Amino acid sequence: MTPPALSRRELLKATGGLLVGFKLFEPVPRLLAQGLQGGTPLSNAGGLAADQLDSWLAIAPDGTVSVFTSKVDLGTGTGTALGQIVAEELDVAIANIRMEIGDTTRSVDQGRTSASRTLERAGPQMRQAAAAARQELLARASARLGTPADRLAVADGVVRVAADPAKSISYAALVGGQRFNTKVPASGEQWDLKVAPDVTPKHPKEYTVVGTSVPRFDLPQKFTGEFPYAHEVRVPGMLHGRVVRPPVVNSKPARVDETSIRGIPDMVKVVQEGSFVGVVAQTEWAAIRAARALKVTWSPPPGQFPAGPDAMYDYLRNTRGFTERVGVENGNVAAGLTGAARRFEATYRWPFQMHGMIAPSCAVADVQGDKATIWSGSQAPFITRNGVARLLGLRDENVHFIYREGSGCFGRLEPDDAPEDAALLSRAVGRPVRVQWMRDDEHGWEPKGPPQLITIRSGLDGQGRVTAWDYVERTLPWTDARLSPMLASRQTGIRPDENGLPIGGNDGTPYAFEHRKATLVAIPWMMNANPLRTANLRAPYGQGRCFASESQMDEMAAAASIDPVEFRLRYLAANTRAADVLRAAAERAGWQARRSPRAPGGTGTTAAGRGVAISGLAGTLVAQIADIDIDRSTGRIAVKKITVAHDCGIIVNPDGLRNQIEGNVIQSVSRSLMEEVGFDSAGVKSLDWTSYPIIRFRDIPDVDIVLIDRREMPPFGAGEASSIATAAASANAGFDALGGRLRQAPFTPERVLRALRAGAV
Amino acid sequence: MARVSLRVNGAARTVDVDPTTPLLYVLRNDLGLHGPKFGCGLGQCGACTVVMDGAAVRSCSLPVTAARNRAITTLEGLGTSARPHRLQRAFIAEQAAQCGMCMNGMLMTAAALLDRNPNPSVAQIKNALDGNLCRCASHLRVIRAIQRAARDQA
Repeated sequence: MTPPALSRRELLKATGGLLVGFKLFEPVPRLLAQGLQGGTPLSNAGGLAADQLDSWLAIAPDGTVSVFTSKVDLGTGTGTALGQIVAEELDVAIANIRMEIGDTTRSVDQGRTSASRTLERAGPQMRQAAAAARQELLARASARLGTPADRLAVADGVVRVAADPAKSISYAALVGGQRFNTKVPASGEQWDLKVAPDVTPKHPKEYTVVGTSVPRFDLPQKFTGEFPYAHEVRVPGMLHGRVVRPPVVNSKPARVDETSIRGIPDMVKVVQEGSFVGVVAQTEWAAIRAARALKVTWSPPPGQFPAGPDAMYDYLRNTRGFTERVGVENGNVAAGLTGAARRFEATYRWPFQMHGMIAPSCAVADVQGDKATIWSGSQAPFITRNGVARLLGLRDENVHFIYREGSGCFGRLEPDDAPEDAALLSRAVGRPVRVQWMRDDEHGWEPKGPPQLITIRSGLDGQGRVTAWDYVERTLPWTDARLSPMLASRQTGIRPDENGLPIGGNDGTPYAFEHRKATLVAIPWMMNANPLRTANLRAPYGQGRCFASESQMDEMAAAASIDPVEFRLRYLAANTRAADVLRAAAERAGWQARRSPRAPGGTGTTAAGRGVAISGLAGTLVAQIADIDIDRSTGRIAVKKITVAHDCGIIVNPDGLRNQIEGNVIQSVSRSLMEEVGFDSAGVKSLDWTSYPIIRFRDIPDVDIVLIDRREMPPFGAGEASSIATAAASANAGFDALGGRLRQAPFTPERVLRALRAGAV
Repeated sequence: MARVSLRVNGAARTVDVDPTTPLLYVLRNDLGLHGPKFGCGLGQCGACTVVMDGAAVRSCSLPVTAARNRAITTLEGLGTSARPHRLQRAFIAEQAAQCGMCMNGMLMTAAALLDRNPNPSVAQIKNALDGNLCRCASHLRVIRAIQRAARDQA
């Protein structure tokens, strides 16, 4: 086992004597000890039997079809889209579909909801379950109507004899209120679960519901205050809790001074379990006051932490990785570089960023004896259930998890902490407890998207052809993702894995280069002594990778005096879908072939620029063209318009897709221009919306969208893909406008001015 | 504890609460009005917005005693899904949300805007809503929805 970090002496040597102002928190032996002492492994499974039709669907006497799924709708509209798929396959009216989402006692475990895989993975599962149900219903109708099934037709949940439509029977009459009691073939599990693969579904040519903009089921109630979010759950006898957070996860409360909250009305209890400290009160305001006022003396953090973003990049550069993976390799990069007429080397920086849920984490727990009920917005109902069970020492199936939608979370609620907080507090007082994090809890403690330090070396030959592409990314693993223990678990003694979940994937480019290599280095990160937890943030690592790769491509195109679109197309011959989105975006935006930068050094206060970038994610391809204005005196970038061409296979709901794309792009403009978590050696400094600004109405760009519908293909995800290329397209537009390259996100005015001063590269 | 009389959505309500309690918690927990949301508790994001005497205010940082005998309108007072306000109809027509957590603030701020300016320009809409954060980034749809609602009333 290689030590995860260089010693201080080695480090000084490696950096040529540069003093790096921090030391690693946890000594290696302790990290190893933690791994060896790792907690009871968390099961990630549960739920109803996938091979029973009743696990998927129920038809009520009034013809209403209940659809049971553990793929949760995170506010992106996937509940409506899955409902469309079922309505289509069953031939029932969309108005008769009722989605029953995320109850662990009433659904099959379809795996966690993340990585934009709902329609790709759960879509076929729901479609086949519905197709199997339709086949079963037709068989029963055939017997009742005395007509072979192939001479029956279904519309709006009524089966008719094709040749004699007066002869009919409804689904409700066939099975309404009864169980199907029908077995269907099922194999695999979670994302890889296959249901009734033997049943032939409808041909997409026959679709009348899939492919239409069915209005979202959830939206009307969201505009009236009637929508039952997790934050609105109220249980009889429920109390309110708040958690008092430590400086770092493994700080210990040396002293809890209960006299400090004397006089706060409605207090119920101060709860201490291991290092976990919380308060419970009759009212929410009393709990908030008590959590703020409670004087807790914490043991000092065991070491020092990188003293800010610059020190963080030094740490990434100078620390030996614990894994080094080659994500892609072909040809011989060294030879390709040696043979290059022109060589390029650049380093790109992408910062710590937040998910930034508008409403912080929230859960209600009711722990009674050896049973518990949990309500929250977790992206992984079964993992959250099993985590609470482990924390409380209960059997998995004795914990009942009920999904209630939370804030749009972009990965944040895959590691869902609040249920465990609420569970500990509920057990301590024997009553249901609702816990909602405060804004500084959420900003401070949400697991962040990790920073990336990416260096690309590439080469061009004399004809402007790419001879080599050598991509090296250094970043942190996810300390708080998938099956890793949540905060309350860690504070009560359940150890995380030694290193967390290392980075995967590759450089994210869709290009075919003769000599190409992408290396991903995971740098050790502090699992518990750590105020900066890490986890998957929308299109994990994607924006930084695309920013680096597409900036490098742009730089080479400029050096070769080749139009940036044309230059990219030369390497997309084998990827026609990528070439198609690029051409579609260029056409929509009225792209004029040109060399870059167009007008470096021009006069006037405002410099206008246009840049392009493309990205691919799990089958979805996106091209974006950014039109920006830069104020030369202030360095402020205004993104005026993003033109997007998007191909995610067959489109289930065009308006829902546009909604996702608009949201992805605008959120990414925010991440590109202004978002960077501030921290120092004591911890996170961005604890509200002033210290972590996000985009506001005045800065919203136009988003012009071209949808490419591939009716012959399955659906791929759209929740993340169009967030990836915005930063790269904007940076390339910056080069077009300034003649200098932006190498570090976010593109703040100071960095823009620096690029402006640097001029053409 | 203090007894505080409020006028919420046209009805007189009396609550007995810690007088330092922000209005938001009284609305949500004592009066069962879940339209206004907790977002930041700092008046920074707008999720908790209610209309008080015609102006959009942040209920998370307004002590309940400051709302005494003032006319409070919450999202529930605007309309219901059975009988939606024209703004709510317009937001539905434009499908102007994703998770919807910020939508209370968007709608209540827009309601106050349209009351004083029935035909706002896009710039005026952006200006009025600039203090309302939306992480899902439904901004373009929100602008379209408010324009649609303004047309409806015209």
